[in-house]
Amino acid sequence: MNLTLQIWRQKGPNDKGQMVDYKVNDISEHMSFLEMIDVLNEQLVASGDEPVAFDHDCREGICGMCSMYINGEAHGPDRGITTCQLHMRMFNDGDTITIEPFRAAAFPVIKDLVVDRTAFERIQQAGGFISVNTSGNTQDANALPISKHDADEAMDAATCIGCGACVATCKNSSAMLFVGAKVSQYALLPQGQIEATDRAANMVAQMDLEGFGNCTNTGACEVECPKGISLTNIARLNRELMKAACKS
Amino acid sequence: MNTILKTSIGRKIAMALSAFFLMFFLLMHLTINLLSVFSPDAFNTASHFMGTNPLIQFIMQPILIFGVLFHFVMGFVLELKNRKATAVKYVKNNGAANASWMSRNMIYSGIAILAFIVLHFKQFWMHEINYKYIAHETPNATRYYEELVKVFENPITVAVYVIAFIFLALHLLHGFKSAFQSMGIPAIRKKTFETCGKIYAIGVPAGFIIVALYHYFNQ
Repeated sequence: MNLTLQIWRQKGPNDKGQMVDYKVNDISEHMSFLEMIDVLNEQLVASGDEPVAFDHDCREGICGMCSMYINGEAHGPDRGITTCQLHMRMFNDGDTITIEPFRAAAFPVIKDLVVDRTAFERIQQAGGFISVNTSGNTQDANALPISKHDADEAMDAATCIGCGACVATCKNSSAMLFVGAKVSQYALLPQGQIEATDRAANMVAQMDLEGFGNCTNTGACEVECPKGISLTNIARLNRELMKAACKS
Repeated sequence: MNTILKTSIGRKIAMALSAFFLMFFLLMHLTINLLSVFSPDAFNTASHFMGTNPLIQFIMQPILIFGVLFHFVMGFVLELKNRKATAVKYVKNNGAANASWMSRNMIYSGIAILAFIVLHFKQFWMHEINYKYIAHETPNATRYYEELVKVFENPITVAVYVIAFIFLALHLLHGFKSAFQSMGIPAIRKKTFETCGKIYAIGVPAGFIIVALYHYFNQ
């Protein structure tokens, strides 16, 4: 198929940036979206132009690096996928596709489609962990019985890959789904109880400090999340924060 | 507890609590309005009680005014903060693909409701204040029904009333379930609250509209 791509080009963090049109021809419907961008970049390099900078790593939907906003949706028009899992068969011959970086004040553009998502790492560092004594006397994990329901819910929350699609798609640039998932995965397990009070309070404080917006429960994040993280994690985060406030 | 109020989640809980208060008030207001359809005498009695009882007048009424102002001011504060958090807009954004119109436009339905409340205050509340505390008119326990019917004689008033309550329905269709989500309702109760939300969001504004239309067509 032959396509017209409208891509956000920005030389650096301080550049104004603009949309630039490109043509790509003979794209196979079996290609992934990133492979299509690879074809474009080979074209650009061959003609002596600067290739489009974009984040990517595993290309199998695990790392969460590919962060494009395609035709007005995070990771494009398909559901439950990252951009690397988006196939060109979702588009038609002759289509014009807009490709923009994830937008949020807390995710500044570094170059072209690459954004700085280290705000998520700082939120994790504020409380997204448990302290485990690894001196050699670590307790056998199976010694702590956990109900199947809680284990499954914790695992569902833990599948969050921190890609930032929730923030990118939220009209308020809120990071509540990400923080909700990271708090939930520990809140449901006995190992997470010791630091539960500080965890919710510290992660929410860091989230606010990073400049993410306020959640208004539109549910867009849940729809666009490649891992299907549920809004119930946000409700649990709210409960955890209220519990933390009562305890303190 | 002081710390939570400074967080984004704290603000959203405060919004939810003020919303619960306003939703309870709406239900009470609708109950009294519906009395006007079934029994003018009962409507007059209830209105006179609400308009003269010191507890309602000097404690509940200021709390209500504070609740309304708090909900609107906090709504605008959150909107401004959220606009700051989304400094650069997308060239192309397909918001309808993943969220309802109601959830994406709460600020606009809210502004429409605010405009109506200003009008409503001018039409009913200011009249009451003038009648009781400025003009010091003789208390009349039977005037309320007549005043209500007189207001709904005007087709423009009825049209504005109907449009305002359609905006209220749109606001509540997202607002009701959103308030419960903000309070952290467990997943097992989510569907129940969503169903209750739809019933409340359509039923309550429809009740107000029916009362207005009943009096207009029953002249």
